[in-house]
Amino acid sequence: MNTVAMLAWQSMKNRRLTAIMTILAIAVSVTLLLGVEKLRTGAKVSFSNTISGTDLIVGARSGSVQMLLYSVFRIGNATNNIGWQSYQDIAANPKVNWTIPISLGDSHRGYRVLGTNTDYFKHYKYGRNRQLQFSAGRQFNSLYDVVLGAEVAKKLGYQLQQSLVIGHGIGNTSFSKHQDQPFNVVGILKPTGTPLDRTLHVSLAAIEAIHTDWQSGAYIAGSGGDLPIEASQLQPTAITAVLVGLKSKMAIFGLQRSINNYRSEALQAILPGVALQELWAMISIAEKMLLVISSFVVATGLFGMLTVLLTSLNERRREMAILRAVGARPWQIFLLLMIETAGLTLAGILLAIVMLYGGLAITMPLIESQFGLFLELSWLSSYELRLLVVVFVGGALCGLVPGYRAYRNSVSDGMTVRV
Amino acid sequence: MLAPIIELEQLHFSWHDRQPVLDIPALTIAAGERVFIHGPSGCGKSSLLNIIGGINTPQQGNVRLLGQNINQQGSAWRDRFRADHIGLIFQQFNLLPYLGVTDNVLLPCRFSAPRHQRAISRYGSLERAASHLLSQLGIAKTLFNRPVTELSIGQQQRVAAARALIGSPELVIADEPTSALDSDSRNAFLQLLIDECDQAASTLLFVSHDNTLQHNFSRVICLSQLNQLKEAS
Repeated sequence: MNTVAMLAWQSMKNRRLTAIMTILAIAVSVTLLLGVEKLRTGAKVSFSNTISGTDLIVGARSGSVQMLLYSVFRIGNATNNIGWQSYQDIAANPKVNWTIPISLGDSHRGYRVLGTNTDYFKHYKYGRNRQLQFSAGRQFNSLYDVVLGAEVAKKLGYQLQQSLVIGHGIGNTSFSKHQDQPFNVVGILKPTGTPLDRTLHVSLAAIEAIHTDWQSGAYIAGSGGDLPIEASQLQPTAITAVLVGLKSKMAIFGLQRSINNYRSEALQAILPGVALQELWAMISIAEKMLLVISSFVVATGLFGMLTVLLTSLNERRREMAILRAVGARPWQIFLLLMIETAGLTLAGILLAIVMLYGGLAITMPLIESQFGLFLELSWLSSYELRLLVVVFVGGALCGLVPGYRAYRNSVSDGMTVRV
Repeated sequence: MLAPIIELEQLHFSWHDRQPVLDIPALTIAAGERVFIHGPSGCGKSSLLNIIGGINTPQQGNVRLLGQNINQQGSAWRDRFRADHIGLIFQQFNLLPYLGVTDNVLLPCRFSAPRHQRAISRYGSLERAASHLLSQLGIAKTLFNRPVTELSIGQQQRVAAARALIGSPELVIADEPTSALDSDSRNAFLQLLIDECDQAASTLLFVSHDNTLQHNFSRVICLSQLNQLKEAS
C-alpha cells in the first residue's frame, strides 16, 4: 500500500503537467459549485436579515412578493399608493404598537430616496433585532434634512453638512431634478448590510415639499402656489407603504384580515416572513437549475480526468509491465490508478476550497457594492461538505474505469509489453 | 547434481483458442546452471518465459519451479512466487522513468518481503545492497541518485541487472537484454551478469538469438529443437 502510494505519487510527479491541468479543471468546476452554493445561501441570509421585527407590511393591493421587493429591498416600484387616511386608520388601530410610513419614488444619483418619519429610526430593525445606529450626525428634524445610508455616504464621498439635490423618479441620470430645493446631510447611518445602506432618508414632508411645484410629472415653477414652503401644509396625501409592528403577535392574522377587507381603499397586508418564503419558492427553480448546471460542470471536470488517465494508460503499459515484473500484483496496479484518481480529485477539491475563499475575499467587496449582497466568510456548511464528499466519491469511483483497464492490461500483458 | 530449479513435463501451450505454440516433452534445469536459450523469432521464446514466470499457464503438462508445481496454483500465488524467486531483465526500457537509479534497483524488495530480508541479511541495509550491486555492475556512485533517463542504454541495462539480482532470487531470467547494446558493451554486460549470478548463486536463463554469446554459458538450448511443434518452426 505504501509502496503503491509512493509509486502513484512519483508517477504523477513525472506527469505533473497533465496532473496539474487535471487538478485545475476539477478545482475550477468545484469552485463554481461551491461558489454558486455560497451565493445562494448568502443571498438568502442577506435577504432574511434585511427586515426583522416588522409584523405586517401594508400597501396597495398587488402581489405580496412585489410588495416585499419594493418596500423592503428597493427593487421595482409600487403600482399604486395608499391614502394618508388609510395610514391614519391603521396607525390608530389599538392592536398596533408602531408604524413606519414609507414613501418611495425619487432618487439621488442612482440611490433611492425614502420618505418616512422619525419612527423609522426608532422601530426599524434588521438582522437579529438590531436597531439603526448613526456613525455620524443625527436623525432628520427639519424639512431639508437628509440621512444617508452608509454606502451612499461612502461611495459618493458625502459628509455632514453637504448639500445635495434629489432627482425626480429613479435612475442614475434623471433629467429632471428638484434643483430648487437642495438638501442638507445631517446624519449618516452605520452599515447594516441591507439595502438600507443604499438609501437616502428624508421626512415625508420633504417629499411633499419637493413635489409642490410639480404637476403631472413635470416641473412648473410657481404652480404650487406662492406661499413659502415651510408655511404651506405639507401633509402627504398618499404614501407607498406602511411597516407595522403589533403589540401582540397573536393579533397578526386578525389585523391582516381586517386590512385586506378595508372598505374605502384596496389595501393588502403581508407578513414579511411569508412573502420571503414565497420569494424563495419562486426562485427555487432557478436555484436548482444553477445547482444542476454546476454539477454538470463538476462532472465535466471528472470526465476530463478520466479521459486524461485513460489516454495515459496506453503509454503507461510498459510502466505497468515493469511493475508486474518486479512483483506488483494486478490488484496493486488497480490500486495505483485508484490512488491517482482519488488523489487528483482530493487535490482538486482542496484547491477549490482555497480558490473559493480567495475568490470570495477578492470579490466580496465587489459583490457587496454591485449587488448589495453581503456574503459572510463562513466555513463550509455541512451541506457543502456533503457536496464535496459526493464529488470526492464520484472522482474516486472514476478510478474504477482506468483501474480496471490497467488491471486487465497487466493481466494479459504480463511482463511482456506489446506496444 | 544440484536440485532442479525448473522442471517441465509434457508441456502444451497455445494462445487462447488459436494454434498451439509450445510442445515440450521434458526440460530440466538444475540450480546454478547458466542456460542460453536461442531460436528464431516465433519459436515460442516469450511464451516459454511467460509460463516459467507464471504469467500464463499451459493447457497441459507440469511446470515445477524449486520443486513446486506452479501451474496448479492461483494467479495471486504465482505473482507472489515470481516476486520472491525470479529476477527479470527485458530487452530495453526496463526502468521506471520517474524513479532514481537506487529506487529502481530496490523495487523488488518493496514487493517481496523475502527478497527484502535477504538483501538486508546479506548487505546490512537495502541501500548498501543496491550500491554494492550497482558498483559491481560498474555504475558510478555519482549516478545512484540520478533520474534513470540520464543513463545510457548500456547503463540502464546494468541497473536492470542489479534490480533482477537484488535480494538474490533463485532464478534470473534475461530476455534478450543485450540486443540494444553494441558488441563491446554486450560482452562486458554479459560477463558482469554472469559474475553477479555466481555471487548470488542464482540460476541464469538467458534468451537471445545472438549465437555469438553462447560460449559464455554452461548449457545451450535451441528452443526450435526442443519444441516438438512443427507449425512453430
